[in-house]
Amino acid sequence: MYDAGKVIVGIVLFIGVATAPLWYDTIAGKSAQAPKLAKAADGPCVEPKEWMRANHMELLDHWRDAVVREGEKDYKSSTGKTWEDMKLTGTCLKCHDKARFCDKCHDYEGVKPYCWDCHVVPKKEVR
Amino acid sequence: MDVKRRDFLRIAGLGAGLGIGGQAVWEVVKGDDVLASTHREKTEGKRWAMVVETAKCRAHDCTDCITICHKIHNVPHFDDPKREVKWIWRQGFEGAFPDQFNEFLDEDITGGSVPLMCNHCDNPGCVKVCPTGATFKREDGIVVIDMHRCIGCRYCMAGCPYGSRSFNWQDPRKGLDRIDPEYPTRTKGVVEKCTFCSERLAVGKLPACVEACPYKALTFGDLADKGSDVRKALKGVYAIRRKQSLGLGPSIFYIV
Repeated sequence: MYDAGKVIVGIVLFIGVATAPLWYDTIAGKSAQAPKLAKAADGPCVEPKEWMRANHMELLDHWRDAVVREGEKDYKSSTGKTWEDMKLTGTCLKCHDKARFCDKCHDYEGVKPYCWDCHVVPKKEVR
Repeated sequence: MDVKRRDFLRIAGLGAGLGIGGQAVWEVVKGDDVLASTHREKTEGKRWAMVVETAKCRAHDCTDCITICHKIHNVPHFDDPKREVKWIWRQGFEGAFPDQFNEFLDEDITGGSVPLMCNHCDNPGCVKVCPTGATFKREDGIVVIDMHRCIGCRYCMAGCPYGSRSFNWQDPRKGLDRIDPEYPTRTKGVVEKCTFCSERLAVGKLPACVEACPYKALTFGDLADKGSDVRKALKGVYAIRRKQSLGLGPSIFYIV
């Protein structure tokens, strides 16, 4: 290979620059840190925490159909309790703060739910 | 078995004919309505409707019903008429009732303007054309839009002969001075209209416009209930409906 030294140095430099963000985050200790969520102001949640973590989007999807299309209002939880006012602002946001709870994970995961294009975030700061 | 070609064709033809025509024949025999009829489905004896005493509206140049409706439902205001969003609006007699505008009608009847809104038709044209099922008729007769499913194609606007529907050409929050947190706004790219205050009916309240009218010109109730306010209001008077010859069965009655 001609100019082997230059080529190899070039390759090494390129890889170094291209992966710089990863190095930087590792050294700065910012990588792979799970987002810290604000604790709920009140509890318990409509469903167990672990289940909600994995399935809250499906629950909300079910809720919106149930409320808008079926005209239902109450949610019968698997925990046996019945929750009135089955909607984001009626239950979730009574205890959770959007900016310090919902957004934390959504930003981290890069998901952009469009709930808030229409639904109004309650002014009242919960915790 | 020895089947001749001619016999085979006869049997095959008969079989195909039965297959094609059989279902229709069966439905006739069974007594079901063969025509696709969606608008006569049971609504559990309920059909919300409104009666407007136009004399009261024409006598007063009042917009209280519009103001309260647009305020509590976060209906935006845009000056450009092409981008206008409205749930209730006022219009003159000829515009509201083009097929009832006869010669030599008295100025007492045609003067002023009347409030117009979604007619919550018994046989809604908008529902038939919606490709996603976003707009639908509820069990109680109210025609609503599921904003989650609306894709903004505006077929429903073409299907509605009353102009009751508005399209959000831009973020509606730009046209709002203040947002009522009790009701969601809409987003750019969806169609919206009057909902007969379904959210208020759910908690036992009357529609906001009915409640806000200082002259009690609007009456709300269940057409299926003989003792309801609307049925009483329709007794002994002559009420017309907008463009009823189109057969959509509008549920807003105007006493002229």
